[in-house]
Amino acid sequence: MSLLSVRDLHVIYHTQAGPVPAVRGVDLDIAKGEVLGLAGESGCGKTTVINAILRLLPEKTKVEGTVLLNGEDVLAMKPGKLRAVRWTQASVIFQGAMHALNPVRRIGDQIVEAITIHGQAGEKEALVRAGALIEQVGLPPWRLRDYPHELSGGQRQRVMIAMSLACSPNLVIADEPTTALDVMVQAQVLKLLKDLQRELGLAMLFITHDLSVLVEVSDRLAIMYAGKVVEDGPSVPVFTEPAHPYTRALAGAFPQIGDRTFRMAPSGLPGDPPYPGDVPPGCSFHPRCPLAFEDCPKIDPDLFPAGDQRRAACLLVNRPEMARVEP
Amino acid sequence: MSDVAAQAAQVRTDGKQPVLEVRDLHVSFAGRIGLVAGLAGKKASMARAVDGVNLELHAGEVLALAGESGCGKTTIARTILGLEKPRAGEIRFEGKPLGRNLRQYRRRVQMVFQDPSAALNPRQTIYESVAEGLRVHGISRSEDGLSEEQMVARALSRAGLRPPELFYLNYPHELSGGQRQRVVIAGALVLDPEVIVADEPVSSLDASVRGEILRLLLGLRNEFGIAMLVVTHDLGLAWTIADRVAVMYLGRIVEIGPAEQVLTNPLHPYTKALLKVVPEAGGIDRPFLTGEPPDPTRIPPGCRFHPRCPEVVSGRAASAGVEPKCTGEGLGLVELRPGHFAACHLASLEARGLSQSADAGA
Repeated sequence: MSLLSVRDLHVIYHTQAGPVPAVRGVDLDIAKGEVLGLAGESGCGKTTVINAILRLLPEKTKVEGTVLLNGEDVLAMKPGKLRAVRWTQASVIFQGAMHALNPVRRIGDQIVEAITIHGQAGEKEALVRAGALIEQVGLPPWRLRDYPHELSGGQRQRVMIAMSLACSPNLVIADEPTTALDVMVQAQVLKLLKDLQRELGLAMLFITHDLSVLVEVSDRLAIMYAGKVVEDGPSVPVFTEPAHPYTRALAGAFPQIGDRTFRMAPSGLPGDPPYPGDVPPGCSFHPRCPLAFEDCPKIDPDLFPAGDQRRAACLLVNRPEMARVEP
Repeated sequence: MSDVAAQAAQVRTDGKQPVLEVRDLHVSFAGRIGLVAGLAGKKASMARAVDGVNLELHAGEVLALAGESGCGKTTIARTILGLEKPRAGEIRFEGKPLGRNLRQYRRRVQMVFQDPSAALNPRQTIYESVAEGLRVHGISRSEDGLSEEQMVARALSRAGLRPPELFYLNYPHELSGGQRQRVVIAGALVLDPEVIVADEPVSSLDASVRGEILRLLLGLRNEFGIAMLVVTHDLGLAWTIADRVAVMYLGRIVEIGPAEQVLTNPLHPYTKALLKVVPEAGGIDRPFLTGEPPDPTRIPPGCRFHPRCPEVVSGRAASAGVEPKCTGEGLGLVELRPGHFAACHLASLEARGLSQSADAGA
């Protein structure tokens, strides 16, 4: 059984301009100890998915479908139960650690608070645990006395990681955890996350727009476009031999240095990702798709099997004979 | 001064005069200091953001300037645009130092910033934004007789916003991120520049939109011969569009040369380290540099990279006998391969060794 199982998730935001469907039928599964990478561009609904999983959405938002965490439906939980589940079963590392930490409290107090508030330990024991956690993420224990502004961006992100582990969750959700960091520090933080994940047998849902980062840390990938998953499967084959034209374009945006096909030949797509309230009919990707044919504006494709443990929502996967020869 | 001039001469790639030249540029910023310490007569420490940089940009060339945050790459771009004052050194345009030609220079060297939402005035229409440069420079008719509106229309359509009239009355918030960056590029193009300085031109854009903007920039180079200095932290981007790549570390260029050479056959250990952190499938367990980006107020003696250098840490520099030089002797760029310069004692030694053994063999 999966640790996290999301079925037919729909999220409709309530706005002044009317309802905006941000997530339109998403299925996700994460097994124990597995890392799932969720990729997509801004507005594709990836952050909405995680906010729905942990019920962090605004009150009037309509959420449909099921989210099973350890077999329990998160969407049906009462507030008390929900509080118990957050942090102890699933925790989040948000992007931008500067804004996620309280600037006027020592980081040690913030970690201790996370532990005691969930009844995991008393104050003294929690402090010992905080020291162990901070060492686990590669910072000396005396750093617990620091305020967030005394730490660099990379160190703050390490504190966020320590906090996410404070109540020993089975699932850690990381939302763009390295986006604001410099290249070298990004590599260090990714390595730390991956090492901790392997050491503790954590399941992770890793979200970023940077496909090259995801391939490095994830076992499986799910690619989102306009509120739906358009391709999923094992990371490396999805990245190196994409089945969906959108994944192909996204992978092309992260060139392999040394590969001459990328030299002086930037690859991209015409147009922009659609606004969630204004998704094109049929396959939502067809206006930007270099391979679209006459059925694409009419039929919204399901995820079809596309090889070993892989699926792609493209009519061409089902009907390869319709593919034109690429120029 | 003479060795500076010699270095500048070395960095020259061919006999032709560069369109833009940066000579021995130094830019410093004063660090912050508390009131009490200030009254007690203490001086704030200076951050040497750019500390002796020579660069040449030739007509129609795309040069990528890469490095970690804080290495000084953006400061160079801003100084070229006249947004920062150099402490020493100079910028030369078409062989002449900036001075009385500043006004004309400002027209011919244009900047494209990272975040188009911040670069555009939200209360100005697209037409006003693009026409502003013309008005500032008092240009009401182009050399080929176009009116202001015709010039704006031409710039917008060259930037890929077609038909241009459709965008005239839009405001920035009505456009997508990619379209906004095209407006910023149109604002630069309307003045018919020789040089575009682009600071992380696509890093705020969605991945699928980036390719089209890069294609546009390359097209401008190919069609109009505009030279570009592209500041970026992304070596993949440099691989995609740059003819030459310069790698900066702590205020200095440590390696510069043809993009294919620098990115696939690097000479400097820092360039090698930067290339190692480019994410790739299955690459999570590769070794890479530890530590934070260095502090420009505290520049180490000798080679500035030595405290983090894997060659020094592993002892390879010591066994080659150059370690005392690494920790004690600074050095400039040396041409180790044709057109390919690096500032590294070990790489210099190895290159000399190679040429000697080649001589012995011949």
